[in-house]
Amino acid sequence: MEGKGLRGENAMIRITRKVEFSAAHFYHNPDLSPEENRRIFGKCNNPHGHGHNYVLEVTIAGEPDPATGMVLDLKDLKDILQREVADRMDHRHLNYEVPELAGQIPTCENIAAAIWRLLEPKIATGKLDRVRLYESPDLYADCTAGQNGDTA
Amino acid sequence: MSRPLKLSLTRRYRFAASHRLHRPSFSEAENRRIYGKCSNPYGHGHNYVLEVTISGPVDPATGMVANLGDLDPFVDREVIEAFDHKYLNEQVPEFAENVPTAENVCREIYRRLKPFPAGRLERVRLEETSKNSFEFDGQPGAPEPDAR
Repeated sequence: MEGKGLRGENAMIRITRKVEFSAAHFYHNPDLSPEENRRIFGKCNNPHGHGHNYVLEVTIAGEPDPATGMVLDLKDLKDILQREVADRMDHRHLNYEVPELAGQIPTCENIAAAIWRLLEPKIATGKLDRVRLYESPDLYADCTAGQNGDTA
Repeated sequence: MSRPLKLSLTRRYRFAASHRLHRPSFSEAENRRIYGKCSNPYGHGHNYVLEVTISGPVDPATGMVANLGDLDPFVDREVIEAFDHKYLNEQVPEFAENVPTAENVCREIYRRLKPFPAGRLERVRLEETSKNSFEFDGQPGAPEPDAR
């Protein structure tokens, strides 16, 4: 039975857990002039910052353990997301308070990539398959394992 | 930075439009059989939701795969202005011959958005209603536009 699914077949299953956090940010590249910053980033350049209710969906892929029927214990995943993401980012200013984003513009893309790098080493069973970060219901970034040639 | 990562950005847009599923080369009975109530001669409409996904490298200067300041006006100009509050069969030239099924609308939107200069157009996903959605990623294998 080891490594086999319900009917003795291997089955790769994806499970997704959601966590929400609220944070402030603004977009500014110190290497560019104030005019260029305003042109590229628009109202996101407001130095006082603004905030979002971020919704993070983390997907783990793996084969269910035949003994438990689970890819991983969702309670463990919940704790990892709380510790690695919510504790770091919830009610924080992403430009100033999150070392993993230091020196980066805290766009949806960069935050999703930073979350991938925080989570990947912590996933002990199954594999991190996708990090999807919603900045609003109408905008999200996906981060997945890349091929050579992809950059992030 | 260890392994390479793949990043994409997805933006949701909305438009409302009417259409009629009907092929003049089919008989009335065939149209009725194939398209059912969607073939009603007066047409009907939907609140479409469009998801546009751009993938590619993150520009270190902006932290972005694509700047919404560029993507939003591009999608507005190429799709929303052309489709919103229009009768697709008669007011979008590409549907003069092709039946504006959600499949064909999805493919036409992909064609219109493909030239977006930043990143790569990864996928177009069209929700015709909250229960039906359609995706096109540019891969061949789909039937020719006039196949239905």
